[in-house]
Amino acid sequence: MDINKYIASGILELYVAGALSEKENQEVFEAIQKYPEVKKEVEAIENAIMQLTAAAKTDAPYSFQDIKSQLKTKTPKVIPINKPRNNWTQYMGWVASLVLATCLIYTINQKNTLEDKIVKERIQLEGMINDSYDNLAKAEKLIEVFRDKDIISVPLAGQQVSPTSYAKVYWDKKTNSIYLDAKGLPEPPKGKVYQVWSLKLDPLTPTSLGTLDTFTADTNKIFTISNANESEAFGITLEPAGGSKSPTLEQLYTLGAVSS
Amino acid sequence: MDQELLILQFQQKDVKAYEQLYNMYCDSVAGIINNIVKNNDVVEEITQDVFIKAWNNAESYSAKKGRFFTWLLNIARNAAIDYTRSKKFKQSKQNLNSDFFVDIIASNDNLDSKTNGIGLKEFVNKLGDTCKSVIELLYFKGFTQKEASEELKMPLGTIKTRSRTCIGDLRLMLGV
Repeated sequence: MDINKYIASGILELYVAGALSEKENQEVFEAIQKYPEVKKEVEAIENAIMQLTAAAKTDAPYSFQDIKSQLKTKTPKVIPINKPRNNWTQYMGWVASLVLATCLIYTINQKNTLEDKIVKERIQLEGMINDSYDNLAKAEKLIEVFRDKDIISVPLAGQQVSPTSYAKVYWDKKTNSIYLDAKGLPEPPKGKVYQVWSLKLDPLTPTSLGTLDTFTADTNKIFTISNANESEAFGITLEPAGGSKSPTLEQLYTLGAVSS
Repeated sequence: MDQELLILQFQQKDVKAYEQLYNMYCDSVAGIINNIVKNNDVVEEITQDVFIKAWNNAESYSAKKGRFFTWLLNIARNAAIDYTRSKKFKQSKQNLNSDFFVDIIASNDNLDSKTNGIGLKEFVNKLGDTCKSVIELLYFKGFTQKEASEELKMPLGTIKTRSRTCIGDLRLMLGV
C-alpha cells in the first residue's frame, strides 16, 4: 500500500468524521495498527477537529466535578467480608463440595460392584467353557463309538403299551458295554423307573442290566451300561422304583433283537 | 498520557482517567451541541448527559469501529437532536436562527482569550462556501459521506478530497 497516497486520499478525514461505512472503518483501523504514519495523521486531524468544534462552545467553562457524583463506579459493588450474604455463598461452597463427595463415593461403590460382577461372570464363563470342553470330549467319544465297525447297533422298536417309543443300543463287545440311546422313551411316571434287560431267546431268559435312575435328569439320554452277556435281544420295561427281579412284560416299552 | 490507555481505563470505570478524557473533549461536545440546539442555556446540561451516557455505555465502545472522539461526538449529536424534538425545545424557540458553525465561531466572544482563538475566527471568516458546507455537514451534523454527497450534489470522491483540503487549511493555521 502507498501510504502517502492513502493519506492524501482524504479517507482519514472522513474516518475522524465518522462518515465511513463499517467496512471502511475496519480497513482504516487496520491501517492505523500497521502504519505509524497513518496513526499520526489521524491524531493530527482529530486534534484540528477538536479545536474547531470546541470553538463553537459559547458558554462558561465546565467542571468535571459537576458530573463526577453521577458516575456509577464499581466501588459500591464491593461487599464487606463479614456480611451474611458472603456467609451464604461460603455455605454454598461447602454444600457443593459435600454433594460432590457423595457423588464420588457413590460412583466408587458402583465401580466396585461392577468389578465384582465382572469377576463373577468371568468365573462363570470359564466354568461354562470348561463344561463345553467336557461335553465336546464326550460327544467326540460317542461319535467314535458309533463309527466303530465292531460295534453292533440294535434298534429297539416300540411295543403294544407304547407304540411310538423307540431306543437304540450300541453294543461294544470288546469292552463288554452298551451305549443306550433312550431319547425316544417318554418320561417315566412318578415312582416308576425304566429297567434294561438283556434277553436270551431260546429259552427266554432275561438278565437285568440295571435301572435308568437318572433318566429324567440326564439331558442327552445316553447311558453307558456294562453287559457281559451273550445277548440275543434287548428290552426296556417300566418297573416300580428300585427295579424288579424279572421284567413285567405287560410294561414292555421297547424291544429289539440282535441281528447275527 | 497515552490516549489508548486512558480509554481502556475509562472502560474499566476509572474515574480519574475519565476526568482527563472529559477535560480533553467536553468543549468539543459542547460546541457540537451548541451548533445544533443554538441555545446557550441548555448546552451544559446536555453535555453532562452525554458524558454520563458515555460512562454508562463504556463497554459498547470499540476501537475497531472508530475513534473514541468520533464515538463521543456521535452521542453528543444524538442527544442534541433528541432535545430539538422535545416539547421543551419547541416551546422555547425564541433563540432559533439558522447560523452555521462559522457564524457561531465568528461571533464567539469567549474565543478571543483562548489559544488559537483569534486564528480560528480568521480561519472561518476566510473559509470558502464549499468548505463551510463540507465541514458543517461532516463534522458538526454527522452526515455520512453518501449523505453529504447527496445534500451538496457532489460526487462521493469529491467529498473526500474536499474535506482533505478544507481540514488541511485548518491544520496549517493551527500548526498540527
